[in-house]
Amino acid sequence: MTAYTATVTVRLKRGVLDPEAETTRRALERLGFEVEALRSADRFEVDLEADSADDAYGRATEMAERLLANPTIHDYEVAVAEREDA
Amino acid sequence: MIGVLQFGGSNCDRDAVAALEHLGLDAGRIWYDDGLPADLDGVVIPGGFSYGDYLRAGAMAARAPVMERVRERAAEGLPVLGVCNGAQIAAEAGLVPGAFTTNRDARFHCEHVHLRVERADTPWTRAFDAGEVIRLPIAHGEGRFEADDDTLDRIERENRILFRYCDADGRVTEAANPNGSKAAVAGVLGADERTAVLMPHPERATLPELQGGTDGQGVLRGFARS
Repeated sequence: MTAYTATVTVRLKRGVLDPEAETTRRALERLGFEVEALRSADRFEVDLEADSADDAYGRATEMAERLLANPTIHDYEVAVAEREDA
Repeated sequence: MIGVLQFGGSNCDRDAVAALEHLGLDAGRIWYDDGLPADLDGVVIPGGFSYGDYLRAGAMAARAPVMERVRERAAEGLPVLGVCNGAQIAAEAGLVPGAFTTNRDARFHCEHVHLRVERADTPWTRAFDAGEVIRLPIAHGEGRFEADDDTLDRIERENRILFRYCDADGRVTEAANPNGSKAAVAGVLGADERTAVLMPHPERATLPELQGGTDGQGVLRGFARS
């Protein structure tokens, strides 16, 4: 078994309204920043032991499918890296 | 008995029991971890902030084992009504199509709204006429109904929209839509008409002494005829 960190990034599908990001964008503009557009995303870092990077990827993907993302409104991506501090 | 599911963070469970009892129905709360009694006549998934709305409103409660039981019993024909957080939970659990997410203006809305009854041939709307305008309170920050175009087409085609936000005259307008819901959806049916969810609170508009109307009675009477 090898130690991995799977990073799952969950973001709204293109075209789905993001009122929180819009509110954040307006607040940045109030602070004097020029912002064309702003998107927000959730990032989950999952530490896990797995037989291979593929195994870790598969498990993290299942986590995204079953809980971390809502397929109605979200897209997600998964990246896996070996954990050096393990 | 009509079982009102109680998760950690539910806060409309007592109101739902009181409203159902006011209508002469036998109702009681069921702690989510105690399992579903075999002889239930229906299930209410009440409002509140289950699991603190962590991750997404309803996401955690939707994955609790009791929701698997609710899904099985709903498939057998048990009436299931999700209200507010219960609607979010049911959508997260796949009992109804779509999702309920952050309001268009990112603000919490606590107010009375008008709803147009889209169908009067379901248990939840038999007390009304199709096209009738009723008035119920809302109290939510994540009530915007969201679905992709294919899903919207399908639920329109299958006639699964139960209530739409409208003005006092029944006109569906942007201004009358408090949260930016697609197709102004305020309530939607599941796989069959015995499963329904809505963001407005019928249990808060049932007891006459609470003021603000009693239009919620008609919705909750859906349990009486089953």
